[in-house]
Order: sequence, then C-alpha cells, then structure tokens
Amino acid sequence: MSSQSYIRRPNRPLQVYAAIFLIVLYVPVLFLPLFSFNDSIYVKFPLTGFTTQWYVELFHREPVWAALMNSVRVGVTTSIIATGFGVFAAKAIIRYRIPGRGPLVGFIMLPLVVPGIIFGVALLVLLSQLGVPLSLYTVTIGHVIVCLPFAIATMIPRFEGFDPSVEEASADLGENAWWTFWRVTFPIVFPGILASLLLTFTVSFDEFIMAFFLSGSDPTLPMYIWGQLRFPKEFPSILAMASIILLVSFIVVFIGQWINRDAQATTLANEEDK
Amino acid sequence: MSGESATSANSGSPKPPGTGRLGRLLQRSEAARGLSLLSPTLLIMFIGVAVPFGILIVMSFWTQIGFGFDTSPTVANYENFGERPIYGALLKRSLWMSSAATAATVLLCYPMAYFVAFHIHRNKMIWIVLITLPFWTSYLLRVFAWKVVLGYEGVINSALMTLGLIKAPLEFLLYSQSAVVITLAHAWAAFAILPMYVSLEKIDKSLLEAATDLGDGPVRRFLRITLPLSMPGVISASLLIFIPTTGDYITPALLGGPDGAMIGNLIQKQFGAINNWPMGATLSIILMLSIAAIALVFMFVTNFVRKRIS
Repeated sequence: MSSQSYIRRPNRPLQVYAAIFLIVLYVPVLFLPLFSFNDSIYVKFPLTGFTTQWYVELFHREPVWAALMNSVRVGVTTSIIATGFGVFAAKAIIRYRIPGRGPLVGFIMLPLVVPGIIFGVALLVLLSQLGVPLSLYTVTIGHVIVCLPFAIATMIPRFEGFDPSVEEASADLGENAWWTFWRVTFPIVFPGILASLLLTFTVSFDEFIMAFFLSGSDPTLPMYIWGQLRFPKEFPSILAMASIILLVSFIVVFIGQWINRDAQATTLANEEDK
Repeated sequence: MSGESATSANSGSPKPPGTGRLGRLLQRSEAARGLSLLSPTLLIMFIGVAVPFGILIVMSFWTQIGFGFDTSPTVANYENFGERPIYGALLKRSLWMSSAATAATVLLCYPMAYFVAFHIHRNKMIWIVLITLPFWTSYLLRVFAWKVVLGYEGVINSALMTLGLIKAPLEFLLYSQSAVVITLAHAWAAFAILPMYVSLEKIDKSLLEAATDLGDGPVRRFLRITLPLSMPGVISASLLIFIPTTGDYITPALLGGPDGAMIGNLIQKQFGAINNWPMGATLSIILMLSIAAIALVFMFVTNFVRKRIS
C-alpha cells in the first residue's frame, strides 16, 4: 500500500503541464468568438469595441441559410445511414467469430487514417467515370464512408459492455431474431446509437475535404466558408459563423460522449482488468 | 482502439435457435451470421473505397488530352514524376513536415496521456472527453483559428506590438513550414493521446511497485517499465498521425504559403486548375506507396529495437 501511494502521489510538474496542455488545446479556438464581437473588420489587438453586428449581418444573408440547410440535410442523411450500418457492423465484429476479422476491420477503419484527399479524388474519379453529376448526393456518399468508422467505433464499446446471455434468454423464451433485436438489443445499445447519430452528424456537418471534391453547385457550410476566406473583409462574419458552429459542435459532441460515457467507462475498466 | 476491442470480445458466442427457414439458414454457422451482418458495411466500403482506388490506379496509367483521356496504358506519368524535380521535392517536404508534426505531437501528448492514466483517479471520462472534444469539431475552423492567431496582423503579432515588444510584425509566423507543423500537431493531438492512454492504462501497476521495491528510482522505473510497455501506443499514435498529415491539404493551403505547400496541394491542383487528372492520380498513388513504405519501415525498426531491448 505504501509503494502504491508512492507511485500515485500527486506530481506537481505534471499537473501544471496538464493544465497548460488543456489551455493551449482550447485557446486558439477561443480567439474566434473573442474577435467575432470586436467592432473592427481587422482581426487584431487592441480590441476596439463590442458589437453584435457580424451576427446580425450573418442572420440576413441568404446564401448562409442555404448552405446551412444543405449541410443539415447531408448531415442528417449521413448520420442515419452510417449509424444504421454501424449497428450491425459493430454487432458482427463483437459477437461473431468471423474468419479474417482483423483484416476486414482494418479495411473498414481505413478512412480514419488514409488522407482524406486520396478518398476524395478516388471517389471523384469513380463518379466522373460513371457519369454521375456532382451534387449533395455525392457529398453524402463521401460522408457516409468517412463517418462509418466513427459510427462503428462508437458502437463497439456498447456491444462489448452487454451480456450476450440476455439475448440468448430472449431467444430461449421464444422471441425470433427480429423481436429479440427490437426488444432486447436495441434498448440496450440505444445510448450508443444516439451517441453515434450525434457524432457522425457533427463529423459530416464539419467535413470539408470530401465536400470540396464531391460537391456540385450547392455548397455545404464549410464549402461556403472556404469560398469566403478569400475576402479579407468577410473575416468578421466568418468569425461569427465559426463561433456559432464551434459552440454547437462542442455541445452536440459533448452530449454524444456523455450519453455513451458508461459504455466507454466499461471498456476502460475492462482494459484495466486485463 | 477497435483492434483492441475486437480481440477481447472473442468469448461470448450465443447461438439462439432460429425460427423460420431463413433464420435457420443464417444461424447455421456463426461466421455466416456475422458476415451477413457485416456485409452491408463491407459492400459500401468496397464500392466507396476499393473500387475508387482501383480506378485511381488505372487512371494513373492514362494521359490527359484536352478535356478527355487517352486510355492507352503508359507509364509516362510516373516517368514525369522522376524527371521533374518539383514533384519529388514536394513529396520529400511533405514527408519531412508531417514527420516533424508527428514527433512534436507524440512528445507533447505523451506526458498528458501519462497524467490521465496514472494521476487521475476519479472522473477519468471527463478528462478523456475534454481532450478529445476539439478533435470532433470542424478541422477547417480549427485551422482557420490558427490563421487568426499566427497572421501578419494576427493575435500574436498584434499583441506583441501593442505591448511594445516588437516594432514590426514577425513575418515567419504565417505562411511558413513551422506554421503548418504547429497547426498539424495541435489539430491531431487528440488522435495521439487516445492510443497512448490506452496502452499506459493497461500497464499492470504491480510491476511498478515491484520495481520500486527492488530499488529502482522513478527515472529508471519509467525507462525500464513504463516506457517499453507503452511503446505499442506510441507506435500506433505515430502512425495514426503521420499517415493522414502527409496528405493534408487544408492546413498547407491556408497557412503554408509557397514555402509550406505540400503534396496534397499539388494533387488538388491537378484535379483543379492544372486539369491533369491522370497526373493527379499518379501523385496520389505515389503518395500512398511512400506512406505505406515508411510506415512499414517504421514498424519494422521499432519492433526490432523493442526485441533487442527486451
């Protein structure tokens, strides 16, 4: 016990380091809201005064609303499709002995690692060879591929955390596979599904590279922002837009992670047991 | 992360009796059931990943003529890559810059992962969520934030000038390789921390007690037990950052300027302004091959070193 506490005693320098780390992690992003309320089109110190005009101006801009709606449509569709497939994939990966599972899972998780630009151009080449015109649909296809690994990774701890004998009991009591899924499996993994919907929606909503290569004439919100970045006088309104998007993203992701926290905690605890 | 969970979950294998003919058929073999559940995902990934890759490879052997393609196979694009030094130089620079970003990220994140794994006992999840939260939010906007911070009249320059510490803005901050490296390291921090945290968390604490009882000080204990045992996490963190950052496009486009351009920018130009898709395909393939080669060498070397040490 004494050596235990020796190892576990607080480490002052490390605590300071952790605090600095978190500050550095968040501070660059916090400058966006700070300057979005600044009464100047120049993004620099000293601050000149408080204003909400950039937000008001944003509110009256037609293309912003159009781009926002595009992003929401793509995001909702993507999150539903990715999560739908993700549930079954995560269940298959955790529950069944599948031959060649390692390589298969590795293949599915590729979009997490391979540079987005490669996927973007590869899909662009495929679609153009098939003669498919670029549109929000093609962006959605790209986003589903990007989001599927996230959905599966979010759902895997859920399936790991629940006892398969509950499903067996349901089957033994005469439920068929379909009703077992709806009445036993689904309620148990539901927090995971909700978390996955929220997280994949955010990933899709914020995704830029796939949208860059695969969108047609309708821009998503990140594409619209990208277009505005060329004009220095648009900087303040981009700051306002970025602040709103980041705030909403942070909240949505936090809720998503929070809903799923006990599953993740179980996984971490399992790791500790091993 | 997923590989970890996949191996741990091999145990439970329910075989509920099937009802209906299809159910019986599906439930006859566990592998078949698993595969049938996995098949929609596999199909999507096959159509969305494997097929496009195949076509990309094929296209790299084509030639651009005006707005069409000459589809007779030729290695001219690959020869072109060898002959024109700009391509090789950009590739080398990309690999160098993302190596620097990877090294910086792993070194800076390791203490943080260590802190959460060993010194946080309650509310670990909050820490993990706090660290990974920015990673989920818009990459474009996080890069844009760095543009605001590092800009010619940005946060750092204008703050230093207001304080009277410098007379003219520091020009090396924006549009430089260091700007790109800083931004990449910052943007991918969460990705680096997770694998390192998991492998640190898995270390059996009684090993550390044993080392202490046998007379090792904190430094020796760390070097002989903690560090070697956490190497798998360090290795996967390095790969998880090195591979995607090499092909990054947004950061060099917004912060790199001419000196900080990377191969991703060139690939984008081939599909945009330059309009030479086959060359863009060739560059993508070469990028993938060099990343794969470096990743393999890296894994081989670290494995070798680890075996020699233990």
